[in-house]
Amino acid sequence: MMGEQKTKAAGARVEVRNLTKKFGDLLVLDDISFNVEKGEFLCIVGPTGCGKTTFLNSLTRLYDLTAGEILVNGEAVDPKKHNISYIFQEYSAMPWLSVEDNIRFGLDIKGVPKQEAQENVEEMLEIVGLEKFRKQYPHQLSASMLQRVSIARAFATKPDLLLMDEPYGQLDIELRFKLEDELIKLWEKLGTTVLFITHNIEEAVYLGQNIMVLTNKPTKVKTVIPDEIPHPRDVTAPEFVKLRNYVTDMIKWW
Amino acid sequence: MQKKKSKYLWILSAVTVVFVLFIWWLVTDGLGIFTSNTLPSPIKIVQAFIKKLTDPNPDGATLGAHLLSSLKIVLSGYLLGVVIGIPMGIVMAWYEKADLMIRPVFDMIRTVPGIAWVPVMVVFCGIGFTSKAIVIFIGAVVANVINAYSGIKQTKQVHLWVGATFGASNWQLLTKIALPSAFPMIINGLKLSLGGAWTTIVAAELLASNRGIGYMIQQARGILRPDIIIVGMFVIGIVGSLLMLPISLLEKKVMKGGKW
Ligand SMILES: Nc1ncnc2c1ncn2[C@@H]1O[C@H](COP(=O)(O)OP(=O)(O)OP(=O)(O)O)[C@@H](O)[C@H]1O
Ligand SMILES: [Mg+2]
Repeated sequence: MMGEQKTKAAGARVEVRNLTKKFGDLLVLDDISFNVEKGEFLCIVGPTGCGKTTFLNSLTRLYDLTAGEILVNGEAVDPKKHNISYIFQEYSAMPWLSVEDNIRFGLDIKGVPKQEAQENVEEMLEIVGLEKFRKQYPHQLSASMLQRVSIARAFATKPDLLLMDEPYGQLDIELRFKLEDELIKLWEKLGTTVLFITHNIEEAVYLGQNIMVLTNKPTKVKTVIPDEIPHPRDVTAPEFVKLRNYVTDMIKWW
Repeated sequence: MQKKKSKYLWILSAVTVVFVLFIWWLVTDGLGIFTSNTLPSPIKIVQAFIKKLTDPNPDGATLGAHLLSSLKIVLSGYLLGVVIGIPMGIVMAWYEKADLMIRPVFDMIRTVPGIAWVPVMVVFCGIGFTSKAIVIFIGAVVANVINAYSGIKQTKQVHLWVGATFGASNWQLLTKIALPSAFPMIINGLKLSLGGAWTTIVAAELLASNRGIGYMIQQARGILRPDIIIVGMFVIGIVGSLLMLPISLLEKKVMKGGKW
C-alpha cells in the first residue's frame, strides 16, 4: 500500500465567473457564476440538453468559452497545469490498450515514474475489481466493466479535480450502488474535488455535499441545496426521502 | 466442443481441392477432352514447373530468375512507397498546413491508376527496373497516404479528449492516441498496396519488359505453352499470399485487442 502523502490529492478550488457559452446563435450557458471549494463533492442536476456536458467541456477547455472565465486555484484552468480527470458520458476506453494499460494511460501522459504508476494501477485494479481482467481488451468487457476502467483511469492519476458526466447512467442498479460507494470511499481517501453530473436525483442526494440545480436553456444556476446527511447515507431514511423530494420539487417548478 | 469442431473443418477444404484436381485431371489426361495444347493436366503443370526451375527456355530465364526480377521491382517500389506514404498521410492528417500544401499534387497523381503510368515511364526510363519500380512506388504511396490519412482522421474525438484533459501535448495526442487509432487503417493500406503492387508488376511486365513472371507468361502465350502460363499464374498467386504473411503477423501482434 502507498504512503498517506502520495494518496492524498490536493483538492482544487474552482471559480466559475460569468461563464457564457453559445453554439452559433444557440445560447446554452447564460452568465453562470459559482464556486466549488477544495475537496467539495458537488452534484449537478438539470434537464436533458440544458448544457451539463457543455459545462464540463468548457471547464476542461475542450470548448472555447464565449465569455467569462474559469479559475482553478486562482489561475485560468489549464489541463496541462492542473491535475484533472474527466469521466466522459460516452465510453472512452482505448480499444488498443489492455485494461491495465488503459488505467495507466493518464499516468503515462503525465510522465509519472514507472514504479509509482504501477502502484497506482494495482491499487485501482483492486478498487474497481478488475484484477482478473487486467490483460483483457475493451472489446472483451461488459458495459459496466468498461465504465469501471474509465473510473479507475480517472482516479489513478489522483486528480485534484474529478469531473464525472453521468458515469453510472448506463449501469444496472446493483452495480451503480456499488460504484457509488466506491466513489465515496475514494473521495474520502483522496480529498479530491468532485463535480458529478447526474439525471438521477436519488443518486445526487446520496453522493453530494451540495446539489446544484440548473434551469432549462438558456441555462442558469437555479439553486444550490446543501446535503448534510452524514455518510453512510440510507436511501430509505426519512431525512433522505425528505431531501430527495425537496430536490425533485426544485427541479419540477421552473 | 468448439475446438473439436474447428479442428476437423479443414477436411472440407481439402476435399474440395482434391475434387477440383480430380475433375481437372479427368477432363485432360483422364478422358482427353482437352489436349495439352489448350489445357494441360495437373501432372503436366507440375512437370513444367520442375523443368522451368532450371531451364531458361523458351523465354531466356529460369523461373527463379523471373521471380527474382519481379520481386526486386515490387519490393523496392513498395517499401519505398510505404516508408514515404505512411508518414506523409499522417502528417497531412495531423497538420492542416501540410495537407493544404501536398493535397493539390496528391489529388492529381492519385486519380491516375497505377498501370496507366507505364507508357510514360517507359518513355522516360525504358523497360527496365526503374520505370516499373516508379510505377509500383506511385501506387503504393497513394494507397498508404489515403489509408494513413483516413485512419488518423477517424480517431474518435472522445479519445483525443481523454488525452487533452490529462494534459497531453500535441505530440502525445498524435503518438499515443491518433496513431494507435489509425493502426487498423494503416495495416489495411499496407495490404491493399501490396496486392496492388503485385498486380501492377505482372500487368506492367505483360506490357513492357524483358524479364519477370509477367514477361514469362507473355512469352509463353506467344508460342502456345499453356503449361508455362499456368505455372506463372500459380507462382503469382502463391508468392502474392506469401508476401502478405508478414503484414498479417504484424496485424495479429499489434491488434491483440481485436479490431477497432
Ligand atoms: N458541439 C456542439 N455544437 C453545437 N451544439 C451543441 C454542441 N454541444 C452541445 N450542443 C447543444 O448544446 C445544448 C446542451 O448540450 P449538452 O450536451 O451540454 O446537454 P446535457 O445537459 O449534457 O444533456 P444530456 O442530459 O442529454 O447529457 C444542446 O442543445 C446541444 O444540442
Ligand atoms: Mg450530457
